Amino acid sequence: MSSEKLTKEEAKTRFEKMVSDITRPMTHHYGLNVWIFVLLMILSLFGYAYFIQVRDGLGVTGMHDYAAWGMYIANFVFFVAAALVGMLISAVLGLSGQKWITPVSRIAEMIAVAFAMIAGLVIVFDMGRPDRVLNVFIHGRVQSPIVWDLTVVTTYTIISTLLLVLPLIPDMAIIKKRLTNAPKWQMMIWNMLSLGWIGTPEQYKILHRSIRALLILIVPVALMIHTVTSWLFAMTPRAGWNSTVFGPYFVTGAFVTGVAGVIVAMYFFRQNYKLKDYLTDFHFDKMGKLFVLVAMVYMYFNVNEFFVPGYKMMEGEDHHILTLFVGSWAGLFWFAQIFGNIIPMFLPIFKFFRKPMPLMIISVLAVLGAWIKRYIIVIPGQLHPFLPVQNVPDKFHFYVPTGPEIAITLGTIGMAITIITILAKIFPVIPIWEVAEEKGIDKETINE
Amino acid sequence: MSNSKGKKSTTRRDFLKSGLFIGAAATTGIGLFSSFTTPKETKGEKVKVMTSDGNLVEVEVNKLEKPNLPKFDSASLDLNELQKRGREGIAGKKWVMVIDLSKCRNARKCMDACQHAHHLKPEQHHINVLQMQTDDNLAPYYMPKPCMHCDNTPCTKVCPVDATFKRQDGIVLIDNERCIGCRFCVAACPYSARVFNWSETIDEKKDNNDTYNIELNVPQKKGTITKCLFSADRLRENKLPYCVSACPNGTYWFGDRNEDAVTNGTTGETVRFSELVEKNAGYTLMPELGTKPSVYYLPAKDRVFDFDEEDKKRLEEERHHEH
Repeated sequence: MSSEKLTKEEAKTRFEKMVSDITRPMTHHYGLNVWIFVLLMILSLFGYAYFIQVRDGLGVTGMHDYAAWGMYIANFVFFVAAALVGMLISAVLGLSGQKWITPVSRIAEMIAVAFAMIAGLVIVFDMGRPDRVLNVFIHGRVQSPIVWDLTVVTTYTIISTLLLVLPLIPDMAIIKKRLTNAPKWQMMIWNMLSLGWIGTPEQYKILHRSIRALLILIVPVALMIHTVTSWLFAMTPRAGWNSTVFGPYFVTGAFVTGVAGVIVAMYFFRQNYKLKDYLTDFHFDKMGKLFVLVAMVYMYFNVNEFFVPGYKMMEGEDHHILTLFVGSWAGLFWFAQIFGNIIPMFLPIFKFFRKPMPLMIISVLAVLGAWIKRYIIVIPGQLHPFLPVQNVPDKFHFYVPTGPEIAITLGTIGMAITIITILAKIFPVIPIWEVAEEKGIDKETINE
Repeated sequence: MSNSKGKKSTTRRDFLKSGLFIGAAATTGIGLFSSFTTPKETKGEKVKVMTSDGNLVEVEVNKLEKPNLPKFDSASLDLNELQKRGREGIAGKKWVMVIDLSKCRNARKCMDACQHAHHLKPEQHHINVLQMQTDDNLAPYYMPKPCMHCDNTPCTKVCPVDATFKRQDGIVLIDNERCIGCRFCVAACPYSARVFNWSETIDEKKDNNDTYNIELNVPQKKGTITKCLFSADRLRENKLPYCVSACPNGTYWFGDRNEDAVTNGTTGETVRFSELVEKNAGYTLMPELGTKPSVYYLPAKDRVFDFDEEDKKRLEEERHHEH
C-alpha cells in the first residue's frame, strides 16, 4: 500500500526480516520430532490395520450387505470437501480481487493438495479387491460416476499441485540464496523448483498469466469434483440420497468444511510458526466473515434438502427424515447441524468470535461436525432399504465401525496431515514475494 | 494359503497340458471336470470317464484320443470360453419369472437349493423369502425375492469396470474375475438383491481348483459381489433355475418372454405368460422406480395362514429397529 515511500535501505531490511521470519520454522522447528513420531505411530497403526483388512477381507469392518458403504466412503466425501477450499480461497476470492487472501492462499493450497491426493487412496482402501485397481483404467466405463469422480479428482489434484508450485517459483529463488546451509536434498528441490527465476519482467508476465489461467480453470473442476462425489449417492433411487440438490448441497457444505479447516491451520501456523505479523487478527476477522457467508449459503441448501421432502413426507423419505430429526440418528444429526452450520453462521457475526482463539474453537467443532455430517449422509439411508431386512444376523440392522476400520480412517487423516507437515517443512507457508509486494517492497529487492 | 493355491493350479495345468480329456470335459461339463483334478496319469493306467449318455466307464489312459482342437493354453481357453458365452447370453431368449405369492408357504426350499448351488453362507441370499406385513390389519404373506433382472438396471449403470452387465437374454450377471469390490451396485440396487463376499467364502479352499463359471458365479471370491443369476448355467442346459425346480408348492413360473410361455417348476405345466400375468393381476415390485423388472408377482390372495408367534415378534422388533 505504502509503496515508493520506502527507501532502498528500508525495503531491504524489511524484506530480510520477513524472509527470516517466514523461513525460520523451516530450519528451527521445535517439537517437529515429537509431531513426526505421533504421525508415524498413526501411520504404523494404519499399516497394521490395513494388513489385517487385506488378509481377512472387508469383513473386518462393521460393514455388511445393508450398510455396504460405511466410514470409508463418509471419510472420502470429507476429504473431497476439505480439498475444495483451495479453489474457494485462491480462485473465487483471488480472481474477484480480494487482496487479504495473499498470506492465506498457500495454506489453502497445501490443504487442497494433501486432501485431494489422499482422497483417491481412501477409495482404494475401501475396495474389496484393491489388487484390481487397474481394472478401472483397463475396463473403465464412462457411464459410471466412479470413473467421473476418479477423472475429476485426478485433474483437480494436478491443477492444485500446479497452483501450489507456480507461486512457489520466486520464493524458491529467494530461499535458495539465503538458506545456504540447508541439507543438500532440500537445496536441490529449491533449486529445481525455482526454474532459474531471476525476476525479469518477462518471467513475471509468464508467471502471472499461467497462475491466472489455472485459477480460472480450477473453478469448474472444483465444482465438478464435489458435484460428481454427490452423484455417487444422488444417482441411486434410495431415500435420503435421491435428491436433485445434492450437487450444490455438497459444494456449499465443502466451503464450510474448507474455511473451517483453513482457520484451524492458520491458527496452528500462527502459534507454532510464530507468524503473528503475517497471519494477523485482521486475517482471522476476514476469515470469520467468510465463514458466516459460506455457512449461510450452506443453510439455504440444508433447508432445501430437508424442508422440501419433510413437508411432503413421501413414503421412504418420511422415515429417513424422522430417523434423523427425532430418531436414532438425531444426536449425531443435531451435532452436525448445530456445530457444522448454525454456530458458524451466527457466532462469527459478533466481533469477539472473529478473534483467532474463539474462531479456531468454532472451526475445530465445525470440522468435526462436517465429518459427522458426511457420516450421516452415507450410512442411515442404507440401513432402511425399500424392502425389509430379514433372514440375516441381527447386527445387519445397525452399522458399528470396528477397530481396524477406525484405525484405517485415522490413518488416512494422518497421511493428509503428514503431507501438509512435509510441505510446510520444505516450503514457506506464507508466499514471501507476494506479501512483500503488497507491503510495498520493490521487485528489485525481492529478487536480489 | 496362497502357496497351496499356486501349487494346486500348477498341478491342474500340467495335467490339462497333456490335453487328454478336453473333449470329454467339454461335453460332460463341470462335474466330470472337477473329478479329473487328480495328479498326473501315467501310461497304461485306467481312469473312469462318463460318457455322454451318463454311463461311467473305465478306459485306459493311452487309449483316449486327443481331441481335434487348435492348440491353445487349455486352462485359459476354457475360462475365456466360459466368460465369452457367459457375457453374450443365449440368443433369442428373454427370460422371465412369475412368482405366485398365493402359493408360497415359506418352505424355503428355493433358498436352500440356491445357497447350495452357489456356495453361499447362511446369511447370503440370492433369493430371500421375506415375511411381508405392510399393515397390522392385513394378513401377512411370504414373498420370495430374487434379483429382478431389471431392463433399466440401476446396478450395471454404476459399475466402473463392466463387471456386472446385462446380457442379450435379459440376465444381469457378475464377473467376479473383474469385480473390484467397490459395492456401488449394492448401494444402487433398490431391491437389496446384491450380496458381497465380505470375508473368506464358504468353500474357498475346496473351490480353488475349479475354473470360474460366470453363469454360476462359483467359485465365489472374497472381496467381490454375488447375486441371483436366474441360474444361467441351468438355462444353458435347458433346465429350470435351481429355486424354481426346488419349490414344492408351485410358487414359481419361469420361461421365455419371446415365446410368451412360462413353466411351473413344481407341476411342469406350461402356460401363456401374458395370460397368467393379466388374468391374475400380476405386478412388478416398485414400478414407480422405472427399473422394469423381469420378475412378476401374482398377488397374495387367499392368505390362509398367520405368522407364528416367533415371526410376529421378529417383525415387531424389526419395526422397532427402524425407529
